[in-house]
Amino acid sequence: MNLKLKALTKSIWVFHAACSPCNNCDIEILDVLTPRYDVERFGIQLVGSVRHADVLLVTGVPNRKTAERLKALYAQAAKPCLVVAIGQCAGGGCMFTPSYNYIKPVDEIVPVAAYVPGCPPKPEAIIMGVVKLLKSLGK
Amino acid sequence: MKDLFYYLIFPGFLFTGALGIFASWFDRKITARVQWRKGPPLLQPLYDLIKLLGKELILPANSSLWTFLVFPIVGLAASALASSIIWLAFLFPEKGFVGDVFVVIYLMGLPAISLIVASFASANPLASQGASREIKLLLSYELPFILAALVVLIKAQSIKLGGLIFYQAVNGLGIGSFSGAIAFIVALLCSQAKLGLVPFDMAEAETEIMAGAYIEFSGPLLAVFRLTKFMMLVAAPLFLVGLFLGNVAAGPGAFLLLILKYLAVVLLTVLIRNTNPRLRIDQAMKFFWGPVTLLAAVAVTLALFGK
Repeated sequence: MNLKLKALTKSIWVFHAACSPCNNCDIEILDVLTPRYDVERFGIQLVGSVRHADVLLVTGVPNRKTAERLKALYAQAAKPCLVVAIGQCAGGGCMFTPSYNYIKPVDEIVPVAAYVPGCPPKPEAIIMGVVKLLKSLGK
Repeated sequence: MKDLFYYLIFPGFLFTGALGIFASWFDRKITARVQWRKGPPLLQPLYDLIKLLGKELILPANSSLWTFLVFPIVGLAASALASSIIWLAFLFPEKGFVGDVFVVIYLMGLPAISLIVASFASANPLASQGASREIKLLLSYELPFILAALVVLIKAQSIKLGGLIFYQAVNGLGIGSFSGAIAFIVALLCSQAKLGLVPFDMAEAETEIMAGAYIEFSGPLLAVFRLTKFMMLVAAPLFLVGLFLGNVAAGPGAFLLLILKYLAVVLLTVLIRNTNPRLRIDQAMKFFWGPVTLLAAVAVTLALFGK
């Protein structure tokens, strides 16, 4: 594992890309960042600007409005930037696939590195997803 | 040749950078403990820097390219120079030049100015918002900061940093007198604003204007800004130590004492940062131009009467 990759796995700055979610997943993400789980132990921090982000946390179903925004956000992020789809909706549209406003799942808009299923996923599940992602980066 | 060594290696760039990385970890660890968390590992700020250096550098399409690229480095060079002048005044107080206190004050203003220019150059509305807040903040804290420094200059009758440290070695600490104690409080608040830490971090309010002045900077340029911040986290508290708590750092014991005093000032700064919410820019200006400047003026008057 080279130095660049090692430093990346030790210092993940996440950006919250909410694609019209119901907010449940967002609340669970915020739970991960609270003192109870304290992910700053692993160097994970929430950043304000997408230019600083290493990981985009996508929640919700991308619809006609947010799909373009998600694509633009991914284009604005400095690479290497990974996308993690949090929750059932971001994983594949869930029950919203027949909706008039639904176009396509997240992974057809931007490349997704990891999926964390659940409605909403527990904080433990989100941490597990991130750990699995970091392990797969090391290989 | 020797000056280059001073600037680049021992008290300057390399040493200050390493100490700044440590101070940044100290800040984050204390913050974590205050919030009842465990906190990041010791090398976390270094990992952040290395990661940022390995990331892509994005140049915004409408930016003024040269300004965008050059000014972060100007700020870094200025903060390294300021901290090496301060360190040298501690190590060799008999050397130095007349008026180096003012040079240090100006050099410590340069990182803020370079941030302002670079973020205006990045052609982002939120960056301009952050930069204009930084200008207002700079205008508001500089006056009380200089007044607070003036108190010590009046007492020691010297405008050399080394002279101030000698004076304190003979006549007791600058903070010991009534006017010195008031001036220390004023200077501590101003250095908090200079470092852009929480009650005065409206220029990069990440929950409000999305990292503000830093919004367009990515990869290596962001790493340069972070390193500048680390250097300033050394320079500004160390300058306060020089003005108010100075001792000649000739032997290893005295040097250790100096580092302990420095860490104590950083600890105070971190505790202020953790117990206050962010102010609005107008509140910060009122705060600095009102009570803080008044307090500094009182301190100067007291110093003129020898209190």
